[in-house]
Amino acid sequence: MSQTVDYKKVVERISEKFGVKVHSPEEPFGMLTLYTDKDSIIPLLQFLRDDEEMQFIFLTDICGVHFPNRAEKFEVVYHIHSFIHNLRVRLKVALSGEPKIPTAVNIFKSANWMERETYDFYGIIFEGHPNLKRILNVDEMTIFPMRKEYPLEDNTRSDKDDKMFGRINVNREN
Amino acid sequence: MDVKKLRESFPGEIHENPGGGILTGKLEDVMNWSRANSLWPLVFGTSCCAIEMMHTASARHDWSRFGFEVARATPRQADLIIIAGTIVYKMAPVLKRLYDQMADPKYVIAMGACAISGGPFFYNTYSVVKGADHVIPVDVYIPGCPPRPEALLHAMISLQEKIKSGMTREAIRCESQAMLQQ
Repeated sequence: MSQTVDYKKVVERISEKFGVKVHSPEEPFGMLTLYTDKDSIIPLLQFLRDDEEMQFIFLTDICGVHFPNRAEKFEVVYHIHSFIHNLRVRLKVALSGEPKIPTAVNIFKSANWMERETYDFYGIIFEGHPNLKRILNVDEMTIFPMRKEYPLEDNTRSDKDDKMFGRINVNREN
Repeated sequence: MDVKKLRESFPGEIHENPGGGILTGKLEDVMNWSRANSLWPLVFGTSCCAIEMMHTASARHDWSRFGFEVARATPRQADLIIIAGTIVYKMAPVLKRLYDQMADPKYVIAMGACAISGGPFFYNTYSVVKGADHVIPVDVYIPGCPPRPEALLHAMISLQEKIKSGMTREAIRCESQAMLQQ
């Protein structure tokens, strides 16, 4: 059995291998978070999965974030899990310009549907993905609904009053 | 079902004879009576209302007591579809197709706020159909989020009453076709 691996050790191993390409380790809500760029993310995932000591063999989730007021408008977030040490790591990649990033399908098979979902909601293109099309929304949809420029709600509706749904305070003076 | 109850609910007359009896009644009424008392629901649930629906089907509430004998997993053998949950735009064509595959006579119950109007949570989002009656015709609406099993049973018994009190589906179709031809 290998010796215990903790977050400190993980950061050490990554900086040995990747240097400044993987930076700014934080631990929000007790979970190690690292930032990298879109050229390093695939080698980084490969390294963390194949490293015999750490064994981050499970991709928990891939999701997107939209920051409409930032130069780097989109972020892709990867969550990976090491069962053997019960450690989770979050990897973030900020994308400037065209929202394009290489696919992780060749490393984690489970990335297939997660990337389709991220594409479906944010329009982030995963280059090299074998079947990048919508997964949850109707195929005819023309927008990427989780982007901030598209309203979450249909504004044309007037028969449902916000008062009935607890959105404004009707019981007290504001 | 005991014989006395059966006699009370049968739409017609029973003429007692030695060694048996003769039933007389209007064909339409007898057809509706038999249809109402043997409505087999389709196994169809799209969200939390389906949990209450399963509860209604199982031992404690047991909808078999009222003639909803077994839920069928194929629309070709089902008479009744209970829309138990949110219908999203992606599900709408599937729901339509299931309804089309059901053999006539077929009936629809819209269970809960989502099936009636899109629901209390997502009623105004980009993905939710604002009421299942935009897709298929609904016979009985039952409000709630989700409705309790008693409420669903009430809706199902109301549907039985509705079937028993009106014309048969065939008669309705003949009449509407005659109206169209005029």
